[in-house]
Amino acid sequence: MNATTAGAVLDIRGLHVDFAGVPAVRGVDLALRRGEVLGLVGESGSGKSVTALAAMGLLPSGADVRGSVTLDGTELMGAGDTALSAVRGNRIAMVFQDPLSAFTPVYRIGDQIVEALRTHQDISRERAAERAVELLDLVGIPEPRIRAAAFPHEFSGGMRQRAMIAMAVANDPDVILADEPTTALDVTVQAQVLDVLRTAQRETGAALLLVSHDLGVIAGTADRVAVMYAGRIVETAPVDELFARPRMPYTLGLIGAVPRLDADAKGRPEPLVPIPGAPPAPAALPPGCAFAPRCPLAEDRCRVAQPELVEVALPEPAVAVRPEPAVAADEPHLAACLRAGEVAGLRPLDVFPVPGADVAAERAADGRPEGTSVLRVSGLAKTFPLLKGAVFRRRVGSVHAVDGVDLDIRAGEVLGLVGESGSGKSTTLFEILELRRPERGSVEVLGRGTDTLTRREAHALRAQVQIVFQDPMASLDPRLPVGDIIAEPLRAQRAERDRIARRVPELLRQVGLDPAHADRFPHEFSGGQRQRIGIARALAVDPRLLVLDEPVSALDVSVQAGILNLLLRLRAELGLSYLFVSHDLSVVRHIADRVSVMYLGRTVETGAVGEVFTRPLHPYTQALLSAVPLPDPVRERARARILLPGDPPSPTRRLRGCPFRSRCQVFAALPGPQRERCTDQAPPLAEQGGDHVAACHFPAARPVL
Amino acid sequence: MLAYLARRLGYYVVLLLVAVCLSYALAATALQPRAYFEARQPPPRPAAVQAQLSALGIDDHTPLYDRFGHWAAHAVRGDLGRTIDDTSVNDEFGRRVGVSLRLLIVGTAAGTVAGILAGAWTAVRQYRLSDRLVTLTSFLLLSTPVFLLAVLLKIGAIRLNQALGTDFIQFTGEKTPGLQGGWTAHAKDRAVHLLLPSLSIGLITLATYSRYQRSTMLDVLGSDYLRTARAKGLTRRKALLRHGLRTALIPMSTFFSYNFLAVFTGAIFTEAIFGWHGMGEWLVASIGKDDVNSVVAVSTFAAVVVLLSGFVADLLHAALDPRVRHS
Amino acid sequence: MATAPETLLAGADQDDGLIARPPSRARVTLRRFAAHRTALAGLIVVALLFVLAFAGPHLTRWSYSDIDYTALRSAPSSRHWWGTNRIGQDVFAQTVHGLQKSLIIGLLVGVAATGGAAVVGACAGYFGGWTDRLLTFTTDLLLIFPSFLVISVVSPRLKGGGWLVFALLLAFFAWMVTARVVRSMAISLREREFVRAARYMGVGPLRIIARHIVPNVASFLIIDATIAVGSAVMSETALSYFGFGVQSPDVSLGTLIADGTGAAVTYPWMFFFAAGLLVVFVLAVNLVGDGLRDAIDPTSRPGRRRGRGAAK
Repeated sequence: MNATTAGAVLDIRGLHVDFAGVPAVRGVDLALRRGEVLGLVGESGSGKSVTALAAMGLLPSGADVRGSVTLDGTELMGAGDTALSAVRGNRIAMVFQDPLSAFTPVYRIGDQIVEALRTHQDISRERAAERAVELLDLVGIPEPRIRAAAFPHEFSGGMRQRAMIAMAVANDPDVILADEPTTALDVTVQAQVLDVLRTAQRETGAALLLVSHDLGVIAGTADRVAVMYAGRIVETAPVDELFARPRMPYTLGLIGAVPRLDADAKGRPEPLVPIPGAPPAPAALPPGCAFAPRCPLAEDRCRVAQPELVEVALPEPAVAVRPEPAVAADEPHLAACLRAGEVAGLRPLDVFPVPGADVAAERAADGRPEGTSVLRVSGLAKTFPLLKGAVFRRRVGSVHAVDGVDLDIRAGEVLGLVGESGSGKSTTLFEILELRRPERGSVEVLGRGTDTLTRREAHALRAQVQIVFQDPMASLDPRLPVGDIIAEPLRAQRAERDRIARRVPELLRQVGLDPAHADRFPHEFSGGQRQRIGIARALAVDPRLLVLDEPVSALDVSVQAGILNLLLRLRAELGLSYLFVSHDLSVVRHIADRVSVMYLGRTVETGAVGEVFTRPLHPYTQALLSAVPLPDPVRERARARILLPGDPPSPTRRLRGCPFRSRCQVFAALPGPQRERCTDQAPPLAEQGGDHVAACHFPAARPVL
Repeated sequence: MLAYLARRLGYYVVLLLVAVCLSYALAATALQPRAYFEARQPPPRPAAVQAQLSALGIDDHTPLYDRFGHWAAHAVRGDLGRTIDDTSVNDEFGRRVGVSLRLLIVGTAAGTVAGILAGAWTAVRQYRLSDRLVTLTSFLLLSTPVFLLAVLLKIGAIRLNQALGTDFIQFTGEKTPGLQGGWTAHAKDRAVHLLLPSLSIGLITLATYSRYQRSTMLDVLGSDYLRTARAKGLTRRKALLRHGLRTALIPMSTFFSYNFLAVFTGAIFTEAIFGWHGMGEWLVASIGKDDVNSVVAVSTFAAVVVLLSGFVADLLHAALDPRVRHS
Repeated sequence: MATAPETLLAGADQDDGLIARPPSRARVTLRRFAAHRTALAGLIVVALLFVLAFAGPHLTRWSYSDIDYTALRSAPSSRHWWGTNRIGQDVFAQTVHGLQKSLIIGLLVGVAATGGAAVVGACAGYFGGWTDRLLTFTTDLLLIFPSFLVISVVSPRLKGGGWLVFALLLAFFAWMVTARVVRSMAISLREREFVRAARYMGVGPLRIIARHIVPNVASFLIIDATIAVGSAVMSETALSYFGFGVQSPDVSLGTLIADGTGAAVTYPWMFFFAAGLLVVFVLAVNLVGDGLRDAIDPTSRPGRRRGRGAAK
């Protein structure tokens, strides 16, 4: 490979990063051309963020960095702090992942942008302040002049990320590095921020390195993609080529593991493809290809030496699918796999075996099961007092966290509960699990109303309803061995000692863990295994209903697929019902029979998954679905997107009329007299054919996929 | 924001009232002024003792609530009663309060500023020789009780004076009695007298603050916003000064009130050892003399000072952290 | 294909082979502590001082109250290892006895105060509401209440065995700051998912506190107890110095330092042995506490320490 890549504005060659002798990045070559968007994909720990930080020279002092980073031919590696500071924020700018902690909490947003401007430009404070307001306006912050005087904690997550982008483009950089810029955000906000990021990149003509774990985000935004695994780039190609014909089995597996929103309407979506095993520990890498231990195609020669990243011969010329390619069409397709030639044309299922795929597919029955009701919630409400003061706290208002939720689950059914953060999903769950008389409305578990339960009955009923939490680390007490954790619900139900002793190994086996590991502690397991422990604990007392609170959102894609498949299998084996809460609509589409959409504490649409996803009636559902990126660059570019303006209104005020109208695209297009209905009356949940209900005065199906 | 501070203040007043009542109850029941008078030589007549006790309002034959009611009725009008030697508590209070405050304020202020600087400096130079030296010294200081530090300083001063053959370092009382000369001479004399007591208070404050500041600063060093500050082109130094130090000060404000508590107790010993006629020395002396009213006066003063420092800490916190200010 | 899909199939449902079993938590803590050289030195010093305090009295033929009329204010010699005081008592015997008393009081206070703080803090934090308000008010009240006053008024009036009450009084005024920290930790633990999980499984509140809350603040409590021992010894000596603590004829480091202060310049052995042991003990305890914090606390990043070598 030649020393520098022609036309590259930022050129990274042979980058190695070690932390205390443990390699994090092992020989990365990346070239970023002016005006292009390069997507860098990988799972957690693959070294993608470290690569971006190393390019900025911002790694902590404990990191040992080698290789070369040149900016327009000037070497940055080894340059002093003063020299690098002149480049940072000026020619290379960075957008970080977590926008809350990335701003200094004690300074105003505007002042922090002014600081960025005045560090590199010799302009007056007044002029810089003026410019900061312009920048905030550019990234779509309403009332930028007032907002510039706000502190970071007064901004919502999406606004902070916009401000971060404004700060990054302040000095018209040549290169923007965006490190997981939308990971902490809701889908609708993610769509807004990606839009702003693309605008900013276009305006400045900068090269953009977009680091993300989300294939959908990459597919819709990048021109070219590089896939990282265990500190190396294992495949790179133009975006269409990569998604259409991946050459590295890891990329193939990654694409197969992502649940997709766009599965066909009547048949179930294809089974997800979990990649077996977990990424290798950086301290104990195998001698050959780092992916070999997980790769079904691995041969002996794969385990000998690390395969080089080389160009793969194209069997046939790629069909020109891009309307206007931003990069040269002859962009090479490189892969670090000895069998790259054979992989071309294979589908994920051809390579990765899926145990129990038949079971998952089995439940494609039409209509709702005739089973008994497991959970019925109607008109549920929960308000939290809005308190002020540190000592004599007094109530100054109410947060209407849940304000009218209807749910209905029959035996053997999976209901997906979807909504963005703050929509009241979790509060709904917790209110159900409290098993007490709700503030308003009613909750019936297995036909028993919770308002009349005695303490003893409630305790007995707890065995029937169990919960699996989002974060498998946080939901397992780190101080207890796994066996005790799983036995806790049994003990709480006062099960006999020998029953517990029998049940624990049985449960571990059931979720695919080794019963011999019962004496280990949670931190000795990987993320996916911990979630399996959480599931085993929930199953311990033979519940009828499992409540799952974002059970896969903390997991990497390849591991997530394994957990989803396990849940599907357990449901088929044990006849369980699930209340599956998630912000990820693709996951819900994959696992649920029915879906219920929440906005601002209310149910706005409910129906069978196939029906709601293909014929969404409520404008919010439509916007939500439209915001979910598809891991398919061709379809993704062809989609029309509904961008919701702004953030959801605060749940401390109860608006008259429809709470969604402030952001509603349908309301915005209505003629005046019809608007009055939306402003005056809150729309009730009304049947729209079959058991599809929606709370909208003007429901109209609109396909958005 | 003002409402928040007002509420804090209200809470402190309630705490203060309860603390004063409890102090009075404790002092009035545990101290035995009757025994103090009876032990006098020559032994006074019982009737005289009784008369004296009644006059001072500390007669243990009167029910506690009556005594307290009597005391409180005067106290709300600003009269803290009579000492056991039948002088005015208010006069004594007035004489001594300035002495204590001078000592406390000079010592704490100097110690706080120096401690914060030392802590920030060592955090940035973590694990270098300078950090290790400062760390070891602060540990040594933190392991020396105030009274021992004061005694050691005094011994050191005696040795130094002996070696120099002068009386350069004065350490008894607040000033040299009967000193002649202009105001510069008086100011210098006071400054020299202030040196050792302030050191014994200030050094320990310095050590504590430098430890805490070092650890909050280290937390800040790994923070995302410091990385952002450098990503926009600030040099490490500028980023540390503008973004790091400022934010690392926030948790210190809460710590301010806890530390003041320790300092105040330390000041009692310091005053006693260096012969400063302040509130601490008064407390020690009045406990010895079973002087109920004086003890209650000093306790009240202590509670007020501690609560004031808590209030100052709240103010500082609000001033430093916009998240508190705007909620 | 070199690897048959069937073999992978068997393992595919487990999303992972096993991560190599990491060493147990206790062992990690121990190793990290041992790597902390100053902390290890501190531990050794503390151990030696305990040996000195409890074995010391048996090594010398003098008891702490014996008076040798033939040797008043005599300098250290083979007869009186650390010399004698102004009335002819053996300084070594007195010092080791005083050390013993100070150590016992320190341990007692440290353990009692931390235990009390754990109970109050955990209950206030977990239950919240009025329990919390009441306990917080009490904590604040005791914080501003001059503990010096109570101890100095009560303590001199206690006769023999009074040191035990004195120690309990010290403990009674030493738990508040710790309790506040435990309370805020318990508040955040209460919202943690594993505690919620236990609650939704029907585990009772006291059991949750005992089984989930307290063990999860245990590392903080261990560190705090260590440091509390050091500060308890400091308070004890300070009060004893002014005659408000341990009462004669019993001795502690504080009373010994008080007796020796006047003679510190002329007869240094009467003062410096006791003063030195006091500082050395508290310093050692603080170093151990600091080392424990680094070893136990999951938030103290090990990278910091290791980063030193790789920095340049």
